[in-house]
Amino acid sequence: MWKFSVRRILIMIPQIILLSILIFILAKMMPGDALSGMVDPNVSPERLEELRESLGWNDPWYVQYGDWVGGVVQGDLGQSFRFKMPVSEIVGQRIINTFWLSLATLIFTYLIAIPLGITSGRYNDSLLDQAITSYTYIGFATPLFIFALVMLWVFGFMLGWFPTSGSVSPGLEPGTFEYVMSKIYHLILPAIAMALITTVNTVQYLRSEIIDTKQKDFIITARAKGASESRVYNRHILRNSLLPLAAFFGFEITGLIGGTIFVENIFGYPGMGQLFLESITLRDYSVVTAVTLLFGIAAILGALLSDIILSLVDPRIRIK
Amino acid sequence: METNNANVNEDNTKIQKSPSGLSIIWRELVRDKLALVSLIFLIVITVFVYGVALILDQDEIVRVDLFSIHEPPGEEFILGTDYGGRDIFGQLIIGTRNSLSIGILVTLMTGVIGIVFGLVAGYFGGNIDNIMMRITDFFMILPFLMIVIVFVAIVPSYSVLTFSLIMTAFLWMGKARLIRSKALQEKELDYVQASKTLGSSNFKIMFTQVLPNISSLIIVTMTLNLANNIGLESGLSFLGFGFPESTPSLGTLLSYARNPQTLEYRWWIWVPASVLILLLMLAIRNVGEALKRATDARQRRG
Repeated sequence: MWKFSVRRILIMIPQIILLSILIFILAKMMPGDALSGMVDPNVSPERLEELRESLGWNDPWYVQYGDWVGGVVQGDLGQSFRFKMPVSEIVGQRIINTFWLSLATLIFTYLIAIPLGITSGRYNDSLLDQAITSYTYIGFATPLFIFALVMLWVFGFMLGWFPTSGSVSPGLEPGTFEYVMSKIYHLILPAIAMALITTVNTVQYLRSEIIDTKQKDFIITARAKGASESRVYNRHILRNSLLPLAAFFGFEITGLIGGTIFVENIFGYPGMGQLFLESITLRDYSVVTAVTLLFGIAAILGALLSDIILSLVDPRIRIK
Repeated sequence: METNNANVNEDNTKIQKSPSGLSIIWRELVRDKLALVSLIFLIVITVFVYGVALILDQDEIVRVDLFSIHEPPGEEFILGTDYGGRDIFGQLIIGTRNSLSIGILVTLMTGVIGIVFGLVAGYFGGNIDNIMMRITDFFMILPFLMIVIVFVAIVPSYSVLTFSLIMTAFLWMGKARLIRSKALQEKELDYVQASKTLGSSNFKIMFTQVLPNISSLIIVTMTLNLANNIGLESGLSFLGFGFPESTPSLGTLLSYARNPQTLEYRWWIWVPASVLILLLMLAIRNVGEALKRATDARQRRG
């Protein structure tokens, strides 16, 4: 177990280094730099050139890369020219919103997936199972952003049940009960919209897992010794079928990264995904670089988490 | 005597010959009514869209007409107009053609890269396989959407071709992995060994012997990928990082709905495109699933 985890973590290090190099190259390819954003007629081109020199932007690329990585490790992500403040501060403000949105989505994902998966696995080929299977089939084919648009249209605009943008109603004091309730109220629609689409994988997986386990010998044994039907399902089958689901948890994180970009954009939710799109449209590239790096690392950590959970659940993987 | 022999041989071949790949696929399609309807729908849509697009002039459609902004559906404009007074119905047809074209282009290009990469890695195995799979792993772990958006934003002289190249660069990994695992199994089989003993070159074995044997798998994955690629293209265009407005696609029509006014009051701009994307993706998936069953004898219905 430990040996596997350590080896898996060691694989991660070159991945993060490669990712940082790729993002560094992208950052260098981006037209302009933070100084060309500070257009000030009082600063002469010669002075700008001096500033560039003093900031080390004329050094060879490996020195610049070293400086950049050194800064990132210490939490210095650069300066945003749009907000005129350190990128780490802006990211700090936005990342909390994305965290709550992701958490709410994950909760809804499992709240939907587990009952549906169990029902359709237990009563497979019944009418109910067919309905659930059709839902997963259509869910697979529906692009998230179209579904989110329709949800916003129906529940936000036509029925007016939910707010159509923002993460909290204006004019509320942070920390009060109303503030928290308003936050949750703003979260529900985007989170459900995302969960209803991302959950179909989990539903299908759980269904086939339960159908598989149902025919195993130890279930026949459990029935033979007289265990009640509910005991067979709740104690014997569920325990075996739910564990592999845990391994998907890390991959959910990767899926959420793509999802939040669409959903935050559609619901006007001020999180990391929206920050990314705004910054790239306004050419605030230091923010773009920082957000891409953070999401990239999150995806790598998600895959790591999945592999480690999987090795806990399924010892056969460890041997490889 | 001779004629007799020939007859016997003919009979034998008749009995032993298993149905050809195409006839299996056809049987599966006919058995699965949904897939058959989907296939007919796809053919009709494709022929219609490409045919009508020949008559329609793209520049004519995307020309701004300030006298007919946001017209609701009516006699002059079957599906109304957008904020530039451009005919939605015309944009829908040209957009479907563009979306289909780029979907097919990206699928083919990722297919070629995936096939070459997967075959080489799987066939040679060992260190080559190790290195190639680490590269694939690295690409798989990248946050696809963000990297593509960054590339689209910074690439100089952006065009539809560069857009499809960028998409291709980050979409080939799944196929490479799948084909590699299949090639690993395939290379242990007798026919590969026999061919090696006879002195065929590795290149010849890979591309003229192993490749045809895994072609059914490739066709199935590419069909299912086509649906995904159309979805990805429309998603990127929706965010404003795909097709420009001057080259309409299904995604650019949807991107008008990012304006709350359009989303709330002007359904004719974005609803038809949404429905069309959904139908296209469902239809392609249906056909893909039927093909999948046809290639796997255990799942076949017919």
